[in-house]
Amino acid sequence: MDKVMRLATERGVVLFSKSSCCLCYAVKILFQELGVTPTIHEIDQDPEGREMERALMRLGCKAPVPAVFIGGKLVGSTNEVMSLHLGGGLIPLLRPYQALC
Amino acid sequence: MDFPSTQFVPSRIMGTYQPIHQIGMWGENFKSIGNPSISASVIVEVDNKLENESETASHEMPAPSCKHDQEASKPFDKIQRRLAQNREAARKSRLRKKAYVQQLESSRLKLMQLEKELEQAREQGLYIGGGLEAGHLGFSGAVSPGIAVFEMEYKHWMQVQNRQLGELRTALNAQISDIELRIVVENGMSHYFELFRMKSTVAKADVFYVMSGTWKTSAERFFSWIGGFRPSELLKVLVAQLDPLTDQQIFEVCNLKQSCQQAEDALSQGMEKLQETVSATLAAGQLGQGTYFPQVAMAMEKLEALVCFVNQADHLRQETLQQMSHILTTRQAARGLLALGEYIQRLQDLSTLWATHPREPA
Repeated sequence: MDKVMRLATERGVVLFSKSSCCLCYAVKILFQELGVTPTIHEIDQDPEGREMERALMRLGCKAPVPAVFIGGKLVGSTNEVMSLHLGGGLIPLLRPYQALC
Repeated sequence: MDFPSTQFVPSRIMGTYQPIHQIGMWGENFKSIGNPSISASVIVEVDNKLENESETASHEMPAPSCKHDQEASKPFDKIQRRLAQNREAARKSRLRKKAYVQQLESSRLKLMQLEKELEQAREQGLYIGGGLEAGHLGFSGAVSPGIAVFEMEYKHWMQVQNRQLGELRTALNAQISDIELRIVVENGMSHYFELFRMKSTVAKADVFYVMSGTWKTSAERFFSWIGGFRPSELLKVLVAQLDPLTDQQIFEVCNLKQSCQQAEDALSQGMEKLQETVSATLAAGQLGQGTYFPQVAMAMEKLEALVCFVNQADHLRQETLQQMSHILTTRQAARGLLALGEYIQRLQDLSTLWATHPREPA
């Protein structure tokens, strides 16, 4: 849990993912389209991956991945990200972290 | 009092039960010619027809009673309609159960046949890897009960949908209050959300069924994207019908269109990735050796993600509808729902027309 929280607050936009997860891939694409480069942690490639998975579930995520943190706060999984985006709330949250290119 | 015909029971109240009994028989007749999917509107029509017949016959009664009839007919219609609805619901329930049992029995026969074929194939050494369940191999034709239930529920859903569209049309033409109109709109929205729930349930039973859109008409399937309509397509159809919009609304709709498209693109690319992954997993190792169960099993694991995608796509559809209802006024939302509903009806009519129009012989 500590590791997850540490990583989640280390950077502005953090995505916990699994390299084999296609839904995670979809979320990555979405961030790309919005001009944001999240810090991605592939927990299936992390030696403490199992622990991290459990920690993410305990934070309330039904599926451990994808899990999105913005500004250190848990936004949620694909559902929450999509809802937020369609409601117009995602871009304002991401604005401080959008690419300066 | 002198009654013209002994067929009709003296009391006016009792008289309605006669046409109802006849309708019951109608229902049975239709069932016996193997057409369980008779729509509710036909039953109601039959209802009205017989009701009119009994009323015209009653007018032969002495004049004073005629006037009484007209006043009494109002609560009368209500009782009759409610009785008809109850009967309808009971009939549908019986049909659902019958369909379920039929599906189970045909599945059982199919399964027995498959087991026999499997045994034969194994004996001939064509099949290595015993102990497989038929389900894993995805034989088409083995229908799960979940699908049978969904199909029955969808038929009912369509009937309610058509009824609601009629209500929307009436409500928009009448001078009803915004509050009442809001209720009609909310019903329409909830009805769509109900469909998404139904799809979510059957997706767990058989995600390929949802992906292929088997329960829909052919023209609807033509536009299918991950088991349903493209949200951006929905918006396109809706917005064209909604002039005039305020500047603020145009701004918000624009944003919604953009975010919807972005979300859609992300899911589409995710789906492509899933196809690549499953394909790569399935093709791993040497093709042509004859032993491949591990690859198939691994591909199956990857395929589980398809259920998530279908759910996400439906979630996107639902959110799109929700957001639109926030942006629009009640009246606009009502027009929007009507427009959407009728667009789907046109697609369905297109499918029917296509299926029935004469073609050049091959």
